Amino acid sequence: MAIRVKSPGLLTTVQDTGRLGEYAIGMPPSGAMDVFSYQVGNYLVGNEEGAAGLEITYFGPELEFTEDAVVAVTGAQMPPKINGDEAPTWETLAVEAGDVLTFDYLQNGARSYLAVAGGIDVPVFMHSRSTYTLIGLGGHEGRALGEGDELALGEAGDRSDRVGMAVEEQQIPRYSKETELRVIIGLASYRLTEESMVEFLNTTWTVTPDADRVGYRYKGGELGFVEREQPAGAGADQANVVDFGYPVGSIQVPGGVEPIVLMNDAVTGGGYATIGTVISADRDKLAQTKTNDKTRFRSVDLEEALAAREERRKQMAEIKEALTRT
Amino acid sequence: MSRGVETELPQARYSYGGDEFVFVELAEAMSLKVNFRAMAITNKLEEERIEGVMDICPSNASYMVRIDPDVLHPDDLISRLEEIDAEAGDIQGFELRTRVVDVPVMMEDPWTHETLMRFRDRHQDPDATDLEYSARINGYDSKEDFIAALLGSPWLVTMIGFVPGLPWCYQLVPPEEQVEVPKYVRPRTYTPERAFGFGGGFAVVYSVEGAGGYQLYGLAPAPVLDVKQELKDFQDSIVFPKPGDVFNYRGIDREEFDEIRGRVEDGTFEYRKKDFVFHPDRALDDPHTYNEEILGVLYGD
Repeated sequence: MAIRVKSPGLLTTVQDTGRLGEYAIGMPPSGAMDVFSYQVGNYLVGNEEGAAGLEITYFGPELEFTEDAVVAVTGAQMPPKINGDEAPTWETLAVEAGDVLTFDYLQNGARSYLAVAGGIDVPVFMHSRSTYTLIGLGGHEGRALGEGDELALGEAGDRSDRVGMAVEEQQIPRYSKETELRVIIGLASYRLTEESMVEFLNTTWTVTPDADRVGYRYKGGELGFVEREQPAGAGADQANVVDFGYPVGSIQVPGGVEPIVLMNDAVTGGGYATIGTVISADRDKLAQTKTNDKTRFRSVDLEEALAAREERRKQMAEIKEALTRT
Repeated sequence: MSRGVETELPQARYSYGGDEFVFVELAEAMSLKVNFRAMAITNKLEEERIEGVMDICPSNASYMVRIDPDVLHPDDLISRLEEIDAEAGDIQGFELRTRVVDVPVMMEDPWTHETLMRFRDRHQDPDATDLEYSARINGYDSKEDFIAALLGSPWLVTMIGFVPGLPWCYQLVPPEEQVEVPKYVRPRTYTPERAFGFGGGFAVVYSVEGAGGYQLYGLAPAPVLDVKQELKDFQDSIVFPKPGDVFNYRGIDREEFDEIRGRVEDGTFEYRKKDFVFHPDRALDDPHTYNEEILGVLYGD
């Protein structure tokens, strides 16, 4: 045992890169919503890629360390405090046995990540430690952390030489209350009228309170479907299609009024028309938006999506390189 | 035009699901034929073990592939999928090595009844039960006749998903006999685990408790998802159903329901099932005769 949860915060879960490769049985990937921040946390503390950390949503926990540890807090600006003294984010920190880590109020973004040298050691379920709360598997007992929970850490050895390493200022993402997300229009976008597609892309949408690991729901416009005689098996509503698979990041518009972007813990398929998909490089940014933030969707082609993916990969590699001691 | 419309394959729609998914809609309408085509293509793709393919998800009238675009460019995959469709998509001579499974269901059970009564205000017809409503709009004289139709012919598992283990099932009957019902006007916030429901053209068994919009008809005593893998049928996977399985929903009474629940709880339950080589063309040509044969395989000795 190495971390005792004195209070859990609003929603704190154990996450890693996710339970990939199980989509065909209806298992969503789970995993860190903002992969960039989560991975950079691992680089800071010298973990293997994929070591499990804590995803901290909106309001932070109070954690007591029962042994010395090397940690880093990345992602949303929710300033960490060690025994009440403010500590920097995006920087490797030392905590000693008996220290209490707390978090100040959220200043921007939505999700902070706590990386601990050695990783959070919960049992691996289907090759991942990520928590999937809907059916209660993975993570710590398949659920968000609760008061009194105790977490073990993986073997880390002495990593005290890493303390004080920091991500360069220009590499740290800035989270704004207005976000642009790039999407590839497609899937069943033919169901939307042309005017509605224009409106979808021209509207400044507002994140509703329904914004979590399952998906983000937006309001601010009204979209219409091309009238058709519904095909066999689809069901009567114009928003319905013959049930099909939903990509992670796909956008659906159930009643024509509130678009939903499906995220890491979402259903893997269903009967609502999907109109496009947020590109993988921008899911990190989406994960740092919160209720009442503004979002616009910009249509891009595959080439731009792949270029953005490559750019993000390079940036992460640079950060990792800079944080690797030789 | 020498080729009849019947034999023409509808044009598939290939689409990028962001940079990590390729989504292929074979047809907008559901039919057995289009599902066989999806299965023929995805089975072939599975055999090819292409590097960079992470997930192959056959669905009802479509399929989806998750890729690692750093390894496999989506356009390269699409080119190959088009070739596979041209080779295998007409399902000529396609055989499906599958299983036929006995799936007991207690219709009009007290638990789903309690649930559907609780959410009457979200339903198209608050004064009828889901079964009474579904029977009426499908032109059946009584709910008993409607139940007899659901339990009278086997079903093909055409897709797994929504949540882990949930099977979508399409009945192996001619198009004019297919049942179709709308989903609830507003989804329920609760559905019991193992509820037997129906929405659009599909029957499902809810693998976990949760929200849901399908009409509720009954409850299965045996699970389709076993996260702890305690039952024999779940030794290799936490999920029992597989796309291409043939399920026969068999009506049971409360006594048999309780008896099966007991065996599930003490860990001795096992589905009655037989290996079966399914011939899609026979299911399309003369489904009722073929169904008799299928049930003979399942229940005969």
